[in-house]
Amino acid sequence: MATILTSRDVHVYYGNHEALKGISLDFEEKGITALIGPSGSSKSTYLRTLNRMNDMIPGVTVTGNIAFQGNDIYAPQTDLVALRKQIGMVFQQPNPFPFSVYDNVAFGLRIAGQKNREALDAVVENALRQAAVWDEVKDHLHDSALALSGGQQQRVCIARVLAVSPKIILLDEPTSALDPISSSQIESTLLQLRKDYTIITVTHNLQQASRIADRTAFFMNGEVVEVDDTKKIFMNPAKKETEDYISGRFG
Amino acid sequence: MNPKLSNKIANGALYGIAGFIVLILAALLGYIIITGLPMLNWHFLTTPARAFTAGGGIGIQLFNSFYLLLLTLLISFPIALGAGIYLNEYAPNNWVTNVVRTAIEILSSLPSVVVGLFGFLIFVVQFDFGFSILSGAFALTFFNLPLLTRSIEESLAAISNTQREGGLALGLSKWETVTRIILPAALPSILTGVILSAGRIFGEAAALIFTAGQSAPALDFTDWNPFNISSPLNPMRPAETLAVHIWKINSEGIMPDAKAVSSGASAVLVISVLVFNILARFIGKRLYQKLTSAK
Repeated sequence: MATILTSRDVHVYYGNHEALKGISLDFEEKGITALIGPSGSSKSTYLRTLNRMNDMIPGVTVTGNIAFQGNDIYAPQTDLVALRKQIGMVFQQPNPFPFSVYDNVAFGLRIAGQKNREALDAVVENALRQAAVWDEVKDHLHDSALALSGGQQQRVCIARVLAVSPKIILLDEPTSALDPISSSQIESTLLQLRKDYTIITVTHNLQQASRIADRTAFFMNGEVVEVDDTKKIFMNPAKKETEDYISGRFG
Repeated sequence: MNPKLSNKIANGALYGIAGFIVLILAALLGYIIITGLPMLNWHFLTTPARAFTAGGGIGIQLFNSFYLLLLTLLISFPIALGAGIYLNEYAPNNWVTNVVRTAIEILSSLPSVVVGLFGFLIFVVQFDFGFSILSGAFALTFFNLPLLTRSIEESLAAISNTQREGGLALGLSKWETVTRIILPAALPSILTGVILSAGRIFGEAAALIFTAGQSAPALDFTDWNPFNISSPLNPMRPAETLAVHIWKINSEGIMPDAKAVSSGASAVLVISVLVFNILARFIGKRLYQKLTSAK
């Protein structure tokens, strides 16, 4: 397995507040990594440094090195638009655009200049199938995506990301706004996708991490306490803090 | 006094105030429409006004009002859109932005008669546009710009940040996110704001008296060359609008049927503004439903 994404000594400051205190994590190609930890442990902040979404927030400083396929993504010559096509993101709140299901999924390709109707049709169908929502929306492709249920919306959002063929998919608590049935559908979608994509997901749901993740990183107070195979983290953690958190003694 | 009783009294008082407001509006509208309605017929709506004899219409004034409205929107909408996008999407939160916002607020509270006099000095005299539709349209742009900018800014601000994040995370540039996602999403509410502002422009008189003028020269409705002086499309001709016409008849009208003409013109004006308001609600709602398929 090749390493696709590396981070070395990543610090993030909001003004004077140090939110991330030197994170070094590597991600291998394919498979799911879960980032867990109590609220305020800055796992979402870390996730958002990986596709530079933190750039949007005024007063943020990022130091250290993050490299995608060997290239420093914070280098001045980085093409942010190209980077985010490679590293897609799905958010906590399903955020389909107020267009049809089809237009949502075709959006990224159309922006990139793809006009061929047949090519678009094929990509849209494929992406929706990969996101395991095709059967539910295939008769409503030209209806507004906002008419779908929350779980369907979230899977359409996943399909929207898949349509631009990213290498890495970042998910920021993708199921925390959904009901249990929708959540489990998203989980099975992710389990399908782990064969082909590198998936990094932040979750507050420990069971979810243990069900779907190959590796798990435990964050606390802006630091990575422990990172290992998910089984090891849940069955036999090396650190006391991890064990306390896993067993529900705090957090 | 026990809480139950005081609650009842408060309820009653609030209902009373609300009812009073509705009553004022209903009485005003009722009076204007009932007195004006008998005047309304095709002849009245299409023939030119007469200065000294009875039987004149408001055809030219009505056309002038719509043409002026169109020109004003053509000038002010692009500027307001740009300003609204800048303020909501790009402007950093610093003192420059605050100065711009304060300036807009002050501009929006200027009395329209002052805007009119200012427009007279700048456009009519200084730029030598004369009393013309163009002078009027520029003056109304000053009048309309702050309100329209504010309404567009609010429409954009109502779009959830998750939409912006979604666009950026998909590899769109900021400009693409604004033009391809945020603007379409905000369209129903922007449109509602534009139509409501159209109602205000349509009814404005004070700012136009000194800019678009108080005379309505005869128009040749078969001549659509905007460079001919008698063409309805000529933006350099003086153009009394409906609202100005009403003001003028009531202050110095000498036609024998001045009162009737004034009532009829008022009814047309009020009905037009009402139609704008209803249209704004209807179109905004329909567009929103179409966009979101919300029921």
